[in-house]
Amino acid sequence: SMLSRCLSRLSSSSLSSLRALNTYCIHPNEGLTAEQKEIQTTARSFAMNEMRPGMVKWDEEESLPLDVLRKAGDLGFGALYCDVEYGGSGGSRTDASVVFEQLAMGCTSTAAYISIHNMCAWMIDTYGSAALREKHIPSLASFENLASYCLTEPDSGSDAAALRTSAVKKGDYYVVNGSKAFISGAGQSSKYVVMMRHEGQPGPKGIFCLLVEEGMEGFSLGKKEKKVGWNSQPTRIINFEDCKVPISNQIGGDNEGFNIAMAGINGGRLNIASCSLGAAQMSVDIAIDHLKVRKQFNTKLADMQWHQFKLAELATKISASRLMVRRAALSMDENSPQKAAHCAMAKLFATENCFEVVSGAMQMLGGYGMLKDFPLQQFMRDCRVHQVIEGTNEIMRLVIARDLLTKPTALSDA
Amino acid sequence: LAVIQGRMRVLVGVKRVVDYAVKVRVKPDKTGVITEGVQHSINPFDEIALEEAVKLKEKKQATEVVAFSMGGAKCQEVLRTALAKGADKAIHVEISDEDVSKLEPLHVARTLRKIIENDKFDIVFLGKQAIDDDASQTGSLLAGMLNWPQALYASKVETDGQSLKVTREIDGGLDTIKVSLPAVLSADLRLNEPRYATLPNIMKAKKKPLEKKSAKDLGVDLAPQTTVLEVSEPPVRQAGGFVDDVSTLITRLKEKGFVKA
Repeated sequence: SMLSRCLSRLSSSSLSSLRALNTYCIHPNEGLTAEQKEIQTTARSFAMNEMRPGMVKWDEEESLPLDVLRKAGDLGFGALYCDVEYGGSGGSRTDASVVFEQLAMGCTSTAAYISIHNMCAWMIDTYGSAALREKHIPSLASFENLASYCLTEPDSGSDAAALRTSAVKKGDYYVVNGSKAFISGAGQSSKYVVMMRHEGQPGPKGIFCLLVEEGMEGFSLGKKEKKVGWNSQPTRIINFEDCKVPISNQIGGDNEGFNIAMAGINGGRLNIASCSLGAAQMSVDIAIDHLKVRKQFNTKLADMQWHQFKLAELATKISASRLMVRRAALSMDENSPQKAAHCAMAKLFATENCFEVVSGAMQMLGGYGMLKDFPLQQFMRDCRVHQVIEGTNEIMRLVIARDLLTKPTALSDA
Repeated sequence: LAVIQGRMRVLVGVKRVVDYAVKVRVKPDKTGVITEGVQHSINPFDEIALEEAVKLKEKKQATEVVAFSMGGAKCQEVLRTALAKGADKAIHVEISDEDVSKLEPLHVARTLRKIIENDKFDIVFLGKQAIDDDASQTGSLLAGMLNWPQALYASKVETDGQSLKVTREIDGGLDTIKVSLPAVLSADLRLNEPRYATLPNIMKAKKKPLEKKSAKDLGVDLAPQTTVLEVSEPPVRQAGGFVDDVSTLITRLKEKGFVKA
């Protein structure tokens, strides 16, 4: 990275002074096609030039950088894996993963929001009517409008199917009542993809998906939450009080809501795991630079075996996480029957291990790791929540276990 | 200058070079630098030339931008990048890896001339120099061969479709000249800031035509005019010394000839 080139110095013999011409063993471009490397280069340049310089300010001011999002839209990052028909970029899930990983190296919080926005765009693009797609996809692709995903409620997180927000059809409108919690982007978004149930219809089958737009009668925002991380994105409760939404805003079939949620969340999990990867990669790069410079007991930290061993472990975690994420992306692109379990495994593994990597890198920086002058603490605060959202890592274990216990094993193959 | 709809075709030379940020190392046999397995990218000045050409197309002063590269098979990487950044077509003159290491600006200029003989271009836009050899010769050689005017080290380019008004960065400051078409231009650093390749354009790039030609078929003589005797690293920086006070410092500087005694 440019940072490492600026900071690394020459000295006499010793591990810390060897400069190889080839890149290190955990470079994110490993295994990518020429086209994917091109995409990665664009995302990387964008992240370093447009996001990294603003990352600290956006965290401090709790501001979402709308101008930077519009620039991201210009590059095709607003609807990465939506169809080109209505303005999407037509990229694969692997392309998207590669992009989010790089964006997260610039600002993990903003990259994560971009990924949520992309998931919403995909839901509209895949399940929405032609009229809805034509109306909404172009402005979502350009980031002229922002989108938020609304499934969680104050009383239902992991138990998503127990959601209580409900709607009654009255003529050409749905009248919606209820609340959604922890909505990322709420207040800045103008389009809200909301999962709700037909009044009186219980369970997952009673759930359908409705696009609620800013300004609709009966739609209001709660206060902006104060969070430990993800501060560049506003998070709020949103409320529906006899909120009137045209029935033409329904996305998908009457009983399709839960399926849409499950279909979308695979990508959501993959994307957030990709963001964790970016945070971890950046953290290790920062740690490596520090190890080469910092001396104690007249010895560079990079020449101390404990740091060498620890660094090796952290790098191995990144490498393994990346392989999990890329494999899940491939499963999505191939529409493999195992894609849900693969995405759950990738999310579980990458978010946990990458958080350990960021924390481990912080440890190497000692006291400096605690200072807000150094960006490492922000990467930690921003990626901690990845173990909770898009389905907690506990739910990931449930998803994986269900796959293992309900499908034939290799042993039973014979 | 009044701007009217133009019909200019622009040929942009893009060279695949060792990435600017790589710390190059000299080969043990001192015949050159290590390039095997090293990060390569499009020559930064060529990228700037390409960006200017694409801007001319967006302003409707040019109708087509064609990217050109001469080298081994891996040239295709920079040509695809050029297509992703707005070039309409690409031409790859492929030569063997052995010939690549002995390629000189004269050969490239001869090849460009052959291409232009068969295909009408109004502007040939190159980067002012390649960051690997810093030769800065191809543009001038080509202009001489074609008897075209040259406007090098451009930091601003304007056109009315019939001639070009080019501001050049020279040692003394800025030099603005009027150049008739067709012409050879070279791009300097401050001409523009190259755009990012957008995702949709990167994906469209693989559908854009990439034509392969061989130097042999074009009848270009690749015989080297120069022989590299030795490539070596610059001398290692020596440690400095400390002095006790300012007057001692001045004495030392005078002794070493850095300050007039």
